[in-house]
Amino acid sequence: MSLVLLLEQVLNGVQLGVMLFLMAAGLTLIFGVMGLINLAHGSLYMVGAFAAAAVSGLTGSFLLGLAAALAAAAAAGALVEMLVIRRLYARDHLDQVLATFALILIFSEGTRWLFGSFPLFLDVPTWLSGPVALPLGIDYPKYRLAVIAVGLAVAGALAWLIGGTRLGVQIRAGEADREMIAALGVDINRLYTLVFALGAALAGLAGALVGAIQSVQVGMGEPVLILAFVVIVIGGIGSIRGAFVGALLVGLTDTLGRVLLPVIMTHIVGPQSAATVGSAVASMAIYILMALVLLVRPSGLFGRT
Amino acid sequence: MTRKGWVVGAAMMLALGLTQASAQDSALKVGMITTLSGGGAGLGIDVRDGFLLAVKQAGVPIDVVVEDDQRKPDIAVQLADKLIQSDKVDVMTGIIFSNLAMAVIPSAVAQGKIYLSPNAGPSQLAGPGCNPNYFNVAWQNDNLHEAAGAYANSAGHSNSFILAPNYPAGQDALTGYKRFYEGELAGELYTALGQTDYAAEIAQIRASGADSVFFFLPGGMGISFLKQYADSGVDMPVIGPAFSFDQGILQAVGDAALGVRNTSQWSKDLDNPTNAAFVESFQAEYGRLPSLYASQGFDTANLLISAMGKADVADADAFRAALKEADFDSTRGAFKFNTNQHPVQDIYVREVVKEGDVFTNRIVATALRERGDAYAADCPME
Amino acid sequence: MRRERIVNAALAVLLLGFPLWAYWAGEPFLITLATRAAILALAGVGLNLALGTGGLVSLGHAAFFGAGGYAMGVLAWHAQMYAPMNIAGFEIAGTKSMPVIWLVAVLTGALLASLIGALSLRSSGVYFIMLTLAFGQMAYYFAISWPAYGGEDGLSIYVRNGFPGLNTLDPIQFFLLAYAVLMAVIWFMARLQVSPFGLALAAARQSPARVQAVGIGVFRLRLVAFVISGAITALAGAMFADLNRFISPTMLNWHTSGELIVIVVLGGVARLYGPVAGAILLVTLEHVLGGFSDFWQIWLGLGLLAVVLFARGGLVGALAGRAVAHD
Repeated sequence: MSLVLLLEQVLNGVQLGVMLFLMAAGLTLIFGVMGLINLAHGSLYMVGAFAAAAVSGLTGSFLLGLAAALAAAAAAGALVEMLVIRRLYARDHLDQVLATFALILIFSEGTRWLFGSFPLFLDVPTWLSGPVALPLGIDYPKYRLAVIAVGLAVAGALAWLIGGTRLGVQIRAGEADREMIAALGVDINRLYTLVFALGAALAGLAGALVGAIQSVQVGMGEPVLILAFVVIVIGGIGSIRGAFVGALLVGLTDTLGRVLLPVIMTHIVGPQSAATVGSAVASMAIYILMALVLLVRPSGLFGRT
Repeated sequence: MTRKGWVVGAAMMLALGLTQASAQDSALKVGMITTLSGGGAGLGIDVRDGFLLAVKQAGVPIDVVVEDDQRKPDIAVQLADKLIQSDKVDVMTGIIFSNLAMAVIPSAVAQGKIYLSPNAGPSQLAGPGCNPNYFNVAWQNDNLHEAAGAYANSAGHSNSFILAPNYPAGQDALTGYKRFYEGELAGELYTALGQTDYAAEIAQIRASGADSVFFFLPGGMGISFLKQYADSGVDMPVIGPAFSFDQGILQAVGDAALGVRNTSQWSKDLDNPTNAAFVESFQAEYGRLPSLYASQGFDTANLLISAMGKADVADADAFRAALKEADFDSTRGAFKFNTNQHPVQDIYVREVVKEGDVFTNRIVATALRERGDAYAADCPME
Repeated sequence: MRRERIVNAALAVLLLGFPLWAYWAGEPFLITLATRAAILALAGVGLNLALGTGGLVSLGHAAFFGAGGYAMGVLAWHAQMYAPMNIAGFEIAGTKSMPVIWLVAVLTGALLASLIGALSLRSSGVYFIMLTLAFGQMAYYFAISWPAYGGEDGLSIYVRNGFPGLNTLDPIQFFLLAYAVLMAVIWFMARLQVSPFGLALAAARQSPARVQAVGIGVFRLRLVAFVISGAITALAGAMFADLNRFISPTMLNWHTSGELIVIVVLGGVARLYGPVAGAILLVTLEHVLGGFSDFWQIWLGLGLLAVVLFARGGLVGALAGRAVAHD
């Protein structure tokens, strides 16, 4: 394998990682502030993708679709928070797992009821389609570069939001001591709804961005959800920085594992079964990574103990 | 809910469960297990609708019990038990996915039920595992991949890059392609089942120096791959089986699929009167274009109806013989059964085109004529 | 507590009486449904020890359920094909005998649970949930891409395995067998809960530090509970595979773990008969709602939400009142 191809694969890994970060950031924020474990985060991702597909299908504008995805996911998030999630903060993890598992069923079948059983269409806008020539002779899709850019911009914006704004102060205070922040006169209900809607909007954005190059279909959120959980566990639950590092680690491990393991396996089990065995090990690679990280640091790379 | 409410509710549910199982009249009873909810629901809905359309048009006394397997093998097995033990059906059909077929069919046919497969054709049931009670009305799983391999030869491709998910149907697909394909392989890749991002694979394809790409990625995987492939700027021709280019899925792929050649035993524009009538009546009944799966459901029902005219289902030997004659007008033109009761049929090459706003397929060539399958020789039936 | 005993007895009688009635009425499929409920209840009883008594929210019990299933599938497949297994040079014949298969399933489940438990129990809370989920998914992907035993297609066993003195192909006999196993395990659980081990485990859920302070190792305590829990769930998995005469990676999917949790919570967490109530309810809902609408899972989801939000303590809790603390 040439070095240039390897570099291109690293870029692919970074792109997958950045996309995972958008999912994981919301998940980890919600856990950090409210202590809630939200299995339905993948459903919000799906809501974003469907909203983008529906609106850009009607208007022909990808940007309007993105805006719709953000709005729809944030609205769905706020609604779910006020109707259901709010009652779960004081509950144990078991109730949270079960209630959000129920939400998955409702969202998935509800979406199928609204949009039918066939996948929807959402495409890359023409001004972002096709490849662009990078140094070293790498032809790389423009759209994927744009996804990397958006992801990095969101990461920067989140860092600013949490580190440098009044809302961020409240969020950090909420993580540290819930009673205290309520005592200080912050409307805790409003803060929680806001944080949940923000996390949902990030998931919706990820869904819309990814929907353009993948399949917009019911159940699309679940594989990503599990990857996002792996990310935040590796990074340390509640830490945005951890989510970023974890997302890049998972993206790179997954991509490079898929590329390199079949090659490595050729030397171990021979070319006959290298493709299947390599692919089998590659599909488990990120879970092995997670187990290793937790063996060394039981609360993740950036987690508080 | 009050405590009393709980008890009443539970009792009501039990009672409802009982009434559901009550027996019906004396028409021929068909049990259909198919996928109607979750990710693969579109396929099952099309098979069901095609089947029911044919029953309606024929106006014969067929009682169809439709059940949703949720694409879960254990649910499918449980439904098969229900249809056999409780509904006492005569004939079973409907399963979409091979893994569910392998869970249900061997035991159902062993219990003496006739099974007509409208979609899945796993190799285990075509060779030594063939059964007089099992009829496949779609294709043996390898068929469309074999046709893709044959087409690659005639299109002058000599260096293919091939990929499929790492599960039995994926491994069979690549085997099927290689059975007819005579050129070199630029690369052979297995991806994860349910994988959604193919950037790494596409980069390998680009670097491999191949002159064509064959892929088998059913469902959402194919949509993702095609979109990302089109966006990557790699422009070598793609070939695949019809599953990733079918009517239900094509609108979601969009322009990325335009011009792609795919192999199928059926197409909307296949020129025979049965097919023309089918396409028109399906559209009139359901307000959408029929898919490959709808045509298979339609043919399955018509095969069954043709046998009903010749024999009584109570006489199993005569009914099986009547089915084996395949004396019905298929939407795909000529159709007959091989010794292993799998189809012998032509398989075509289609091209994805745009008619107005709708993406669809038209036939451009015939890949294989009167193709049976590679396993029939191992089947002890004659 | 007395009321809960009455509810428990009613559940035991309902689960036994319904299939007997179905047998009398000539409805063999309803017996099969009851068998499904009994076996899922058994899996739930296993999970309930970790989840309810131990407070260990495992989202990876599908791994044990599936491991039990594969123990049955692999052994019966080798017997069916008359092809002995070759493990490290030893030839081991397959078997179609349920007691042997159950023993192997229990051992497999226990071994897997001790591995997963030893690694996951070092963490707690959300990390524990996520770790069990990840290990479960690892097992799932392994089963899918492991070609020797059918991969994604799974394995079909044509004839149900045998049990000495019974005709297991007869639905009512197989049901009675499953019911007997379920009752035996529930009896064992009842003894376990009031044993020093059970009491210490429950205490460790509420206050690990205090238990540690009196000199009991919390980690070891939880590990033992997790292993017993995994072993019972694996036993249920082997019986579930026998009910279907089929085994596939779907049993290992995380949705299966979710459904097992649903069974426990619907019925009542940490209640002895909670999983029995939950399994009866889930199987009934699946069967009845599935007949009403293609979108029945929406109603299932709404029902679940209602139970979690408003009917804490599940079905048994609603019927028997809040007898045990659930935190």
